[in-house]
Amino acid sequence: MQIHDTPTLKAEARNLNFFYGEAKALKNINMPIYDKKVTALIGPSGCGKSTYLRSFNRMHDLYPGNRYEGEIRFFPDNTNLLSPEVDPIEVRMRIGMVFQKPNPFPKTIYENVAYGLRVRGENNKRVLDDKVEHALKGAAIWEEVKDRLQDLAPNLSGGQQQRLCIARALATDPELLLFDEPTSALDPIATGAIEELVHELKKRVTILIVTHNMQQAARVSDYTAYMYLGEMIEFGKTDEIFIKPQDKRTEDYITGRMG
Amino acid sequence: MNESQHLSSQFDEDLSRLRTHVLQMGGLVETQVSAAIEAYATGEIASVKTIVETDRKVNELEKAIDDDCAHIIAKRQPTASDLRLVLGISKIVTDLERAGDEAKKIAKGVRRIYEGGHLPGQYGVGVRHLAEAALAMVRQALDAFARLDTPQATNVIRADTDVDVEFKSIIRQLITHMMEDPRTITTSIDIISIARAIERIGDHAKNVSEQVVYIVEGRDIRHTKEKVQ
Repeated sequence: MQIHDTPTLKAEARNLNFFYGEAKALKNINMPIYDKKVTALIGPSGCGKSTYLRSFNRMHDLYPGNRYEGEIRFFPDNTNLLSPEVDPIEVRMRIGMVFQKPNPFPKTIYENVAYGLRVRGENNKRVLDDKVEHALKGAAIWEEVKDRLQDLAPNLSGGQQQRLCIARALATDPELLLFDEPTSALDPIATGAIEELVHELKKRVTILIVTHNMQQAARVSDYTAYMYLGEMIEFGKTDEIFIKPQDKRTEDYITGRMG
Repeated sequence: MNESQHLSSQFDEDLSRLRTHVLQMGGLVETQVSAAIEAYATGEIASVKTIVETDRKVNELEKAIDDDCAHIIAKRQPTASDLRLVLGISKIVTDLERAGDEAKKIAKGVRRIYEGGHLPGQYGVGVRHLAEAALAMVRQALDAFARLDTPQATNVIRADTDVDVEFKSIIRQLITHMMEDPRTITTSIDIISIARAIERIGDHAKNVSEQVVYIVEGRDIRHTKEKVQ
């Protein structure tokens, strides 16, 4: 029996600053991401939580004028994800992302999942079949689509599309999954399915999730970070944050006292 | 405790109504306890009926407040200090209701003693003092809840130790009486049950105060020794 629950680090932001041109969007963020745990980022719109999330897979590199300072260390190899020597494509192989709105490719269900593997150079049909099935099962959508893998993905329902996107992200065996409000476009049933899935997924992958739904953060996460105006105000165990937050600003936000 | 307003004014109203109802219920229980003590001292057993009737109102309020708590949880999903307030209140009303029941027991015991042609004061020296102390605890606990005042709540928790000590000494004294003169046994047993009820009222006031500390500070100090800091 483990007496002290001391999770291992999967990643850690160290003195992280981020600039959109002149505008400083992240201010000296220091925060651990624990291995095989779910960490939720909460905070009002514009607080920097999505900016922070996107730093992990170097999405900001796609636009000129964006600039990082500080580090995001990724373990066990202790790579600085933000280092210019680190190839963003390699980073994205290890860190998958799921967006607010489901965004399947206008291809078949099968090809959506196989795409990342093909990009990696995998062309063996049997290997692809195996991995596609494995990823679809991992995303709890296999039973619904196994007989129609050649159907076009955009014909699936919203909730199915989102799970397909999760399967697509899982196909390359990522170590960290980034979820940017993954259920904000879904109905309560589809949302429940995704939350259940998050719970399953954390057995094998670390998850960082941005959500506007406070109850969702409380339900799915082990750790919660509250961000406000680009700063990380409070980080702690979810159970503690939602019952006895240490900072008045966190308290005001989660109890619905802030404009 | 967070005094700033919610974005939803309706939520503020819900919570404030909840607090008002608890204080209303507390007020009724306080009256019950105080009337029971008065009956004990004066033999004014007509008030026993009023105490029993008040108990019905107290019971109704307990149910209504619990129902409101359930509605707030279902509708608002309270968190942090709001959650602690709702949970704390739901426990507080249980203790208040039980304190009311104890007052009823006192009143009925008093009636038995007087109807048996005895005077409780003959044997139950110190019961009156014990009762005053317990009543003061109830008042202070309600006050601590109304103002969310933890130092005040802490005082109540401390006072409970004194009430417990005093209760034990009354019991010892009654046992002596009973051994010396078996004719006092019937009355003494009634007085013991009265003293026990008073002591329980003190316990309930202490429990209410512990919930006040939980609501304000998020610390659960029940069943701990280091409660008074």
